[in-house]
Amino acid sequence: MLTKRIIPCLDVRDGRVVKGVRFTGLRDAGDPVEQAARYQSQGADEIVILDVSATPEGRATGIETVAALREVLSIPLTVGGGVRSVADAERLLGAGADKVAVNTAAVERPAILSELARRTGSQCVVLAIDAARQPGQSGWEVVTRSGVNRSGLDAVQWARDAQQLGVGEVLLTSWDRDGTGDGYDLELLGAMSAAVDIPIIASGGAAGSDHMLAAFQAGADAVLAASIFHDGINTVTDIKASLAAKNVEVRL
Amino acid sequence: MEPIVIVSTGVANIASVSAAIRRCGFDVELTDEAARVSDAERVVLPGVGSFEAGMECLRDRGLDSVIGDRVAAQRPLLAICLGLQLLCKSSEESLGVDGIGAIEADVRRVPVGMRVPQFGWNRVEVSEASAMESGYAYYANSFCIIDRPDGWTVATSTYGREFVAALVRGPVLACQFHPELSGTWGSQLIRRWLMREEVGSTC
Repeated sequence: MLTKRIIPCLDVRDGRVVKGVRFTGLRDAGDPVEQAARYQSQGADEIVILDVSATPEGRATGIETVAALREVLSIPLTVGGGVRSVADAERLLGAGADKVAVNTAAVERPAILSELARRTGSQCVVLAIDAARQPGQSGWEVVTRSGVNRSGLDAVQWARDAQQLGVGEVLLTSWDRDGTGDGYDLELLGAMSAAVDIPIIASGGAAGSDHMLAAFQAGADAVLAASIFHDGINTVTDIKASLAAKNVEVRL
Repeated sequence: MEPIVIVSTGVANIASVSAAIRRCGFDVELTDEAARVSDAERVVLPGVGSFEAGMECLRDRGLDSVIGDRVAAQRPLLAICLGLQLLCKSSEESLGVDGIGAIEADVRRVPVGMRVPQFGWNRVEVSEASAMESGYAYYANSFCIIDRPDGWTVATSTYGREFVAALVRGPVLACQFHPELSGTWGSQLIRRWLMREEVGSTC
């Protein structure tokens, strides 16, 4: 049986892990290779790194960081941030990423998703969606450029369209919950899970294993978390043990 | 020590498998030359992307027949994911396209109703003696083999229904999962393939 994945996420800026609430107020939180290796030894199922500075400043994600991570990781590595073209994606895959996550560039030009899927295969293409509730409206709107821009796109419909374009997975971040510790947006996960057939990674708001359990019950295939692991409040090992005790199938 | 030869035909993502082999203490050499793939002591056939594109790349370079010959002669080969599928006769992914045909099996789509691709860690069960060990392996696939081909030791996993996780015959190891992304369990499997004549030989 396919197990539920626990994915630590490292937000990286200039080769260092950073932390912040809602993508702003960043502070230094360590060396990415050291941290990724630690999470791997704790039983992480996959590592995601997002270059949080890449899009606003127009820089590509650090190839050197990806290559250094690949040397130590024997688990999958997904890299996002600043992927603007097929060439960007190929550079990251060549350096050692197993999947690339595309966000802003896909909103601005959806055809990049089909180009990527054709060139690298769907299993290498992750659509990262930052979804935000809007006052007085139902549903969730896609926001981009680290939350600065509203796109006008409905997040669920956007994922459906992206699946048609060949995306292999959705990394779904709740803009409202990210960094708050209030738990994943379960309504958003439920709506997304019902709408697409590709796997969904829940992101934004986790403070512990109960939030993860709820996300799996709402339809997530994997859960991503950053701060709870960085702060040393929880290890991946502890989280997995708690989930296993609640009958969630995890890799132990 | 002779480097491990990795068949490299284009964009296929070989950084992970290269790193995994280097971690075992071996050098790697990337090639798309049929003569090199034929001569090398140990060959890895990775593969991502579609069945049709993969077969086209192999045929254009005459690699399909030399890889088929290696399997027939039971010379060391590690085929991964699409690499395993390319060894089969055909695939539902690309109807009408012939595979290498070294494995008497047809590749099927993952059952309807399951999320596709199958992304993540799935339990690999080994029931036959002298094969691989059971454990968790990382998968990223939309297609798989259902029927067990004759003449191979079979490991299985379940996703909607039981499918072939890996096939072993002497020093030929064909995996639907990615051993290079399967943590310590996968590293140990790669190491056994690198170090031994028979992957299935007991420790």
